[in-house]
Amino acid sequence: MPGADKEADLTERIEAFLADLKRGGCGTGPIRGSGETARETTALLRKVTAQARWSSAGDLMEIIRKEGRRMTAAQPSETTVGNMVLRVLKIIREEYARSRGSSEETDQQESLHKLQHFVHLKANVIEAINELLTELDGTTDNIAMQALEHIHSNEVIMTVGRSRTVEAFLKDAARKRKFHVIVAECAPFCQGHEMATNLSKASIETTVIADAAIFAVMSRVNKVIIGTQTVLANGGLRAVNGTHTVALAARHHSTPLIVCAPMFKLSPQFPNEEDTFHKFVSPHEVLPFTEGEILSKVNVHCPVFDYVPPELITLFISNIGGNAPSYIYRLMSELYHPEDHDL
Amino acid sequence: MNPIQHHFIGQCTCLSLSPASTVLPASAPVPVPVSGAPSHSSPAPSPADKPAKSRAEQKAERRARQEADRASKQQSCSSSSKTKAPPSELNPVVKRLPEHVQVDDPAVVKRLAKKLERQQIPLRSDYGYKVSLFSHLHQYSRKAPLTQQLSIPSTVIHPSIVRLGLQYSQGIVVGSNARSVALLHAFKQVIRDYTTPPNEELARDLVNKLKPYISFLNQCRPLSASMGNAIKYIKKEISNIPSHFKEEEAKTKLQTCIDRYINENVVLAAKAISKYAIEKINLTSVILSDRTWKKFRVIVVDSRPRLEGREALRRLVQRGISCTYVLISALSYILPEVSKVFLGAHALLANGYVMSRVGTSQIALVARTFNVPVLVCCETYKFCERVQTDSFVSNELDDPDDLMVTRKGKTQLENWHDVSSLGLLNLVYDVTPPDFVDLVITDLGMIPCTSVPVVLRVKNLEQ
Repeated sequence: MPGADKEADLTERIEAFLADLKRGGCGTGPIRGSGETARETTALLRKVTAQARWSSAGDLMEIIRKEGRRMTAAQPSETTVGNMVLRVLKIIREEYARSRGSSEETDQQESLHKLQHFVHLKANVIEAINELLTELDGTTDNIAMQALEHIHSNEVIMTVGRSRTVEAFLKDAARKRKFHVIVAECAPFCQGHEMATNLSKASIETTVIADAAIFAVMSRVNKVIIGTQTVLANGGLRAVNGTHTVALAARHHSTPLIVCAPMFKLSPQFPNEEDTFHKFVSPHEVLPFTEGEILSKVNVHCPVFDYVPPELITLFISNIGGNAPSYIYRLMSELYHPEDHDL
Repeated sequence: MNPIQHHFIGQCTCLSLSPASTVLPASAPVPVPVSGAPSHSSPAPSPADKPAKSRAEQKAERRARQEADRASKQQSCSSSSKTKAPPSELNPVVKRLPEHVQVDDPAVVKRLAKKLERQQIPLRSDYGYKVSLFSHLHQYSRKAPLTQQLSIPSTVIHPSIVRLGLQYSQGIVVGSNARSVALLHAFKQVIRDYTTPPNEELARDLVNKLKPYISFLNQCRPLSASMGNAIKYIKKEISNIPSHFKEEEAKTKLQTCIDRYINENVVLAAKAISKYAIEKINLTSVILSDRTWKKFRVIVVDSRPRLEGREALRRLVQRGISCTYVLISALSYILPEVSKVFLGAHALLANGYVMSRVGTSQIALVARTFNVPVLVCCETYKFCERVQTDSFVSNELDDPDDLMVTRKGKTQLENWHDVSSLGLLNLVYDVTPPDFVDLVITDLGMIPCTSVPVVLRVKNLEQ
């Protein structure tokens, strides 16, 4: 039966996606970048909407929530997955409200288990998800387009580790302006090395420094531009470890700290959940097994993320433009519905 | 009463390869009493209690000193500038800029090349692309040591100095204390093998003999502040040898001087510092038995590419201290658990800045943000009269190839030489501003960072 085949195909795709997410948990970063994860998640949710059996908006939201819970459980630190689920839920709410012809606010008490306008709802939701996918495709370009507004000639820019968004940002600016980039290598995974090679191939003057030299060279840096893994609800960041040090050094020298983050990284989480905030990887990266005789007597930690409070950040550059950290809460209320925050 | 659990961060330099680690108290139960030391190490009156002398008294003192120096100068005929009367703070001090921070000036480089040619020492060439901010400094490769260009056997340079130079440039002897002590031992050997040529005075000739050795060592690796002070001390001792001394007498006297210098300034200073440092560690029981060790934890913070913290970690684990080990990028994660930060220093500058391994200023900055006290342990012989406000003008560039790392069989930066716009920067030192440091523990006691020029002045007056 074609229906069963399609369902099996869908489940297979979801399983493959979950396996990918679980494997991507090593510290070097996921196998694919966050942008690709977001796109894949949204595509999968579109398939679910198209193929699953549902009879009302409430049913659909329940199905999406279930899938979303499974996906976030596979890799809790990959917050883009959860964010995309929340976006889709918001889309469903909006389309439902629009198809009923009334505004969003008056619908709060209404149950979503009404059967009205079912067929149109499905088509509208799928169309809206397609728009979301187009938006996701263009995020990196949208951010990179703003580069020339923020970088002038002969600047010294510092960055940490590897961020595809920042790489595109700097490469775009380098087409018209000449500047110097200092990359902190970000031990123990040293993603900074790859970033530096990519930037130097685009003929940008790049220097690689060790993490320990961040404060030493900060006095000559004009701007710090970093990427992040997640933007938290209070405007803070969950970024690769070492970013907090960079932020403090930048504040000490009054250097502006600019964060390039697309909107799909914005998450409704807050940073005060101590036990869920940090993620650790194998301490073998820090103290290898060749140091065997002391390894058993020593505690070794290898955290992957750092929390950066919003006071240290000057500007967020996202695909919808530049924002101050104090405005993030407002953007969040436009993207996600408050009832969906807990999947 | 439960002893309060206190946690530290020990940075790698303070537990470097020196013979006496400054932070670890002796594992013998009772700390060594400092009063048993020879009288010289009894601390000079601390800066706070010394009454201010009047202008006239100071002038009279200075004049008397100048007379004495002039008399000794006539005896030794030394041309070294070290026998000049110590300048008061008001006399302008004309300092010559050291060569190793003027690499971008071709005239200076030519002058150095000529001087080395005269002394028959090979010139070491720079390696790799230098970041433009640091074009005034040397950058050498470890794979091309200076000793390869020397003829065997070397007629100009004493073999123990050649060995020492190789140990410096290959990173076998690292750390401020270790380098100074190794230097002094090598000089002892040189003095032992020295014979005065006829018609020459020991005092002047020996100093001249040492000059090419120092140039050679400088080429192998730029001298540290502690080494500079040790060399000044030796030269002064040599030129103060009275001319009526026979050669054997003079040599024994110099050897005892060197031994005493090492003993006072390195070994006993370390014990004094650890005695003061122990007071800062709040333990209710004074006797440090093995059980009590486990009541405090040490967190060792390490950084690439040198990873010197691993050696410190090994030593601590051997003594049975429970340790944690992290890299410097995990600092913000680990600092909330820490109650005190202990750092070592390479040198303390006259404006209160602490010059130490790169990364120290970062640790001090983050510790200040988390309101954790920062204590620096430093012997007084490392205090120097230089002033510096940033880590650029005077620093050392290590071999840039050290930054390369192979992960999963791939080396990202393998061909960095071929890419013209890519540079690797491997700094060795950085300076920490005094507002990040809460206390400096020295063999003279616990002083704030800003008292360094006072200690220097007191030391100069003593000499």
